[in-house]
Amino acid sequence: MKRGRVWSWVAIAIGAIYFFVPLIATFEFSLRMRRGTHSFDAYAVVFSDQRFQASFLYSSVLALATIVVGVLLVVPTAYWVELRLRRLRPLVEFITLLPLVIPAIVLVFGYLRIYNSSSWLPLTASERGTDILLMFGYVSLSLPYMYRAVDTGLRAIDVRTLTEAAESLGAKWPAILFRVIFPNVRSGILSGAFLTFAIVIGEFTLASLLDRPAFGPYLQLIGANRAYEPAALAIIAFAVTWACMGLINLVGSGARGTAPAR
Amino acid sequence: MAFLSIQELRKVFGAASVVQKFDLAVERGEFISFLGPSGCGKTTVLRMIAGFERPTSGAIRVDGKNVTDLPPNRRNVGMVFQAYALFPNMTVAGNVAFGLKVAHRPQSEIAARVEEMLKLIKLPALGNRYPYQLSGGQQQRVALARALAIKPQILLLDEPLSALDAKIRVSLREEIRTVQRNLGITTIFVTHDQEEALSMSDRVVVMNEGRIEQIGTPFEIYNYPRTRFVASFVGTLNILQCRVADPARGTIMIDEQEIVASRGLNGAKAGELRSVALRPEAVSLREANGDWNRLRGTIEEVSFLGAIVRIRVRFKESAVSLDTFNSPGAPPPERGQSTIVSFARDDLLVLDGAEPA
Repeated sequence: MKRGRVWSWVAIAIGAIYFFVPLIATFEFSLRMRRGTHSFDAYAVVFSDQRFQASFLYSSVLALATIVVGVLLVVPTAYWVELRLRRLRPLVEFITLLPLVIPAIVLVFGYLRIYNSSSWLPLTASERGTDILLMFGYVSLSLPYMYRAVDTGLRAIDVRTLTEAAESLGAKWPAILFRVIFPNVRSGILSGAFLTFAIVIGEFTLASLLDRPAFGPYLQLIGANRAYEPAALAIIAFAVTWACMGLINLVGSGARGTAPAR
Repeated sequence: MAFLSIQELRKVFGAASVVQKFDLAVERGEFISFLGPSGCGKTTVLRMIAGFERPTSGAIRVDGKNVTDLPPNRRNVGMVFQAYALFPNMTVAGNVAFGLKVAHRPQSEIAARVEEMLKLIKLPALGNRYPYQLSGGQQQRVALARALAIKPQILLLDEPLSALDAKIRVSLREEIRTVQRNLGITTIFVTHDQEEALSMSDRVVVMNEGRIEQIGTPFEIYNYPRTRFVASFVGTLNILQCRVADPARGTIMIDEQEIVASRGLNGAKAGELRSVALRPEAVSLREANGDWNRLRGTIEEVSFLGAIVRIRVRFKESAVSLDTFNSPGAPPPERGQSTIVSFARDDLLVLDGAEPA
C-alpha cells in the first residue's frame, strides 16, 4: 500500500472516531435508564410524552411552511437576479447573509417591538398570528442557506437561454418558473429545504421568546430536568436528520435528467 | 409585400450602436443567412426579430402585422440556439411537446405532433431519452423539432451548428435545409461560417459593424462582392496592390507587369494606386491563350490539402495563391520554379481605394 493512501486512511479513521465516539457514547448512555441492564426505556418515555409529539409536530409543520414560503421567496428572487439584475448580486448576497450576522435574539426583539399587540400589525395578539411571525422569522434565519443552495443550482444551468427557449415556445412566466426553472434547480431547492428543516427543528431562541410550543424549547426543558431522556432525544434528532438526508438522496437520485454544466 | 419586413432597425447599447439602419425584406419560404464576423450585430438583429431585444428604433412586420413591441411568447417564432437549450428535466418527447402544452393543445394532438416531429428529424425511437443521453447533433435536431412543433411563422437559427464537429455540421446543415424546403418555412440563419451561409441560403446578408454590406444570392455574393469587406470576408481572396496605367484601355501595373481589367476603372486616373482582388480558383498555372492576363513569377509555397493543392506564386512585392485539383498523374510543381499564372480579365475585381482589405 502506498504511503499516501495510509495517511488517507489514518485521516478518515480520526474523523470517524471524532464523529462516532460521542454518538455511540450518547446512544449507550440513553440505554441505561433501567439499572443494571440496557433498555429502550428512555425512548419509550420520550415517544409516549404528549409534549414530544405535539412539539415535534408543531415544529415539523412550521418547518414545511417555512420551506414553502422560503422557496417561493428565494427561487424567483435568485432567478431574477441571475437573469436580469446581475449587477445587484453582491447587494442581494449581502442581504441574505444578514441573518448570520444579526443574532436571533436581536431579530425576535425587533419583531416584538414592531408586531406587538399595540402595533399597527398586531401579529403577537393571537396564537395564529404569532405562528405566522415565527414562520417568517424562520424564513429569515434560513435565508443564507436557502439562497446559496438555490443560487448554486441556478448557476449550474444556462438560465437565460432556457428562459428564452421557453419564451420562444410561447411560455409565460408561471410556466417558465414552474415547468423549467424549478425542476432544474430541484437539487438546490432540496438542499435548502433540508437545511431549513434542520434549522427549524432545533431552533430555540425565536420559539422560546415568542412563547410557542416548538421542539427546541421542549428539548431545552427535558435537557434541564431529566438524565437519560435528553440523550434519547439527541439520538432521535440525529435519526430524523439522517432520514432527511436519505430522503434527499433518494429523491435526488430519482430526479432523472441532468442539467448540463454551462 | 414581403412576409418579413424589417425597416430602419437600430439598436444602441449605452454608447455603442450595434445595429444601424437595417432594412430587409424576406419572402415567404425564403432561407436567409446573416453572415458576418463576431460582433457585427447579426445575432442582435435575430434577437430583435425573436423579441428578446427591443429595437431602439425601426419596425419589424411579419405578414403585414407590426410585431416590434410584442413579447417573444406572442410572436409565434421558433428559435434554435447555439447551445441547444433543451430542457434538461424533460425527455426528448417532453421537450418537443413543451410549446404545445403551454398552448393547452389537446393531448391527442400533442402526441401526434410529437411523433410527426421525431420522424421528421429521424429520431422516432428516442422520445423517452433525456437530453444528456444524446449526442450534440441529436440534441440540436431535437431543438429543431421543438422549434418546429409549434408551427412557427418564422424559424430563427442562431449559429446552431457552431458547437458541433465538422462532419456532423455538414450533414446537419443538409438536413436543416431539406426540412426547411419540405415545410416551406421562412428561415433566418445566423452564422459566421461562410461555407454554411453559401451552401444553405437562398440569399445571404453580409454584415459588418452593425451595417448590411451586401444582400444577394450566394453566387452574387461570392462572385460579385460589392464592397472590400465582402470581398475579403467571403471566400479566400488574393488582394494585390496595383498602379493604374491607362484607364481608357483598362491597363494596370502589378510589380511592373501590365495586365488588363475589364471593369472597375471608371473614373480612375493614371498613376493612381488601387487594390485588385482575385479568387484562388480563378487563377491558373497554365499559360492561357486569347485575351487572358498573364503574370510571370516564382513558386514560393506548395500546400497539399488533399483534393486540392494550394500554390503561392510570388511576383516581386505581390503574391497570389491559386488552387488546383490534385491529380496523381501530375505531381505539383517544385518550390522555386519559375512559372506563369493566367486569369481571365473578368475575374479581376478592382476594389475602391489603395489600401489592402
